[in-house]
Amino acid sequence: MSNATDKQTGAVQTTGHAWDGDLQEYNNPLPRWWVWAFYATFVFAIVYWLIYPTWPVGTSFTKGFGNNITFTNDAGETVTTHWNTRAKLAYDMEFSDGAVKQREYLDLIIGASYDEILSDPDKSAFMRSYAKGLFGDNCAACHGAGGTGVIGLFPNLVDDAWLWGGSTAKIEETLRHGRMGFMPAFAATFDEQQLDAVAAYTLSLSGHEGDAEQVAMGQKIFQGEEGGCYYCHTAAGTGLESVGSANLTDSIWTVANVPGAEGYEAKHAAVRNVIANGISRHMPAWEGRLSDGEIKLLTAYVYSLSGGE
Amino acid sequence: MMKHESIETNAGLLLVLTMLAISIGGLVEIVPLFYIDETIEKVEGVRPYTPLEQRGRDIYVREGCYTCHSQMVRPFRDEDLRYGHYSLAAESQYDHPFQWGSKRTGPDLARVGGKYSNEWHVQHLVAPRSVVPESIMPNYPWLLENDLAYSDIANRMRALKAVGVPYSLTDDEYQANVEKFGEDVARLLDINNAEANLLAQAQAGNYDGIPGRVTEMEALVAYLQVLGTMVDFSRYDEDYFVQFR
Repeated sequence: MSNATDKQTGAVQTTGHAWDGDLQEYNNPLPRWWVWAFYATFVFAIVYWLIYPTWPVGTSFTKGFGNNITFTNDAGETVTTHWNTRAKLAYDMEFSDGAVKQREYLDLIIGASYDEILSDPDKSAFMRSYAKGLFGDNCAACHGAGGTGVIGLFPNLVDDAWLWGGSTAKIEETLRHGRMGFMPAFAATFDEQQLDAVAAYTLSLSGHEGDAEQVAMGQKIFQGEEGGCYYCHTAAGTGLESVGSANLTDSIWTVANVPGAEGYEAKHAAVRNVIANGISRHMPAWEGRLSDGEIKLLTAYVYSLSGGE
Repeated sequence: MMKHESIETNAGLLLVLTMLAISIGGLVEIVPLFYIDETIEKVEGVRPYTPLEQRGRDIYVREGCYTCHSQMVRPFRDEDLRYGHYSLAAESQYDHPFQWGSKRTGPDLARVGGKYSNEWHVQHLVAPRSVVPESIMPNYPWLLENDLAYSDIANRMRALKAVGVPYSLTDDEYQANVEKFGEDVARLLDINNAEANLLAQAQAGNYDGIPGRVTEMEALVAYLQVLGTMVDFSRYDEDYFVQFR
């Protein structure tokens, strides 16, 4: 292209090959800058080979020269090694700008009590911004980005009800060790009439007036040995934190979607369904997956979502 | 020196020499990995998948989960903070094919095992938006409807054995597995008991929440729940894995 004028005048050389008698090929040399850039890549490669791990030699490989990375291992010893991505990560986790800034605050948080974290504006601002990310990565899949949960499946963390306790100590325990929520299915124990009765009594605990006869029968089953519901839900129906049983006397529902059901019939059916089929829910343990500092931040965050107990 | 003209006028020779030239790049990068000692980290706990997990893995591949999800946490600070410890080569040594991937539409799944409950996985696979409203993942309702086909599980394990996964057929192979993985794991890797092992794990785990049935969901959730959980990283110091690179 650049030599179009030369071609027209015939000044450009040909390769000397000829096909079909007169088909010839121009020999246009590559631009000078391109050729030099090409040679520069050779030089770059040689420098790279010297600095970084590259060539396989026997059962190992060259580690490069003058590329040491120094970091502190878990045991607190200083480790110096040749450059590699894993050492670079260990270094970044310790010395990168973000890590250093974050650790300053994390150390403050780890040393502080929950009261201090929640009352100090600086600490609670850091807690909210850091824990919001943690919550999004780890908790939001079940409890929702805003912590409102999914009714019937995963508890709402924003309301005032706590199955396993809403103090910071209890929330931390829940986070560290996880929870196994279990209510047996009563479909095989109760007949249809009994299921209806227990559901009616359960609803009556939170002020949903049902058939008086049914409620009375349900109460007998709930409070007696036949159902034994009071073992876990207590005689008053207010639930037990130690087993994670629900308070049945308030207007908050986590499993049966009573608030969402239209009319008494539908509400009754929702509760009856839970009694018949039982529940089995599991919250995973986060100890080991999250660090102590992260668990502390999340505890304070979850506590602050609802204002705690 | 071979004349240009003789290559350019001989299609067969051109083909052979072209293939030779372009394979050099690949060979130089791949072949040394087979004899470099450090390629696969020496680490405890990594075992081949159990029959049920392996069937789950087959379903994972069948449904094309890999088109959106990688299974490789890279050694960067942001990934470490989000997903956990970076993936080791050792952790995918029994994967055929591996699921590393370089494109993520959904999150990386290399460390998803144990992160969520079985119930969540079932709910999320059937209707992702019922738990994650902003999700663009498709629904997979048939996983819960379809019974798991497992009559060919022994053959599937035999095929994997042929490419180097240490499932055992003979007594000697079984004993070798007992030595390598311990008796509990070795029993699960025995091809002769594949079907019984699959059913036993399904019954004990009840991953799909439906007692008495073994659905495709059962296998897939069993597989997802084991991802990234085989190595206990608390047993190793940070600098241990650095030595291998």
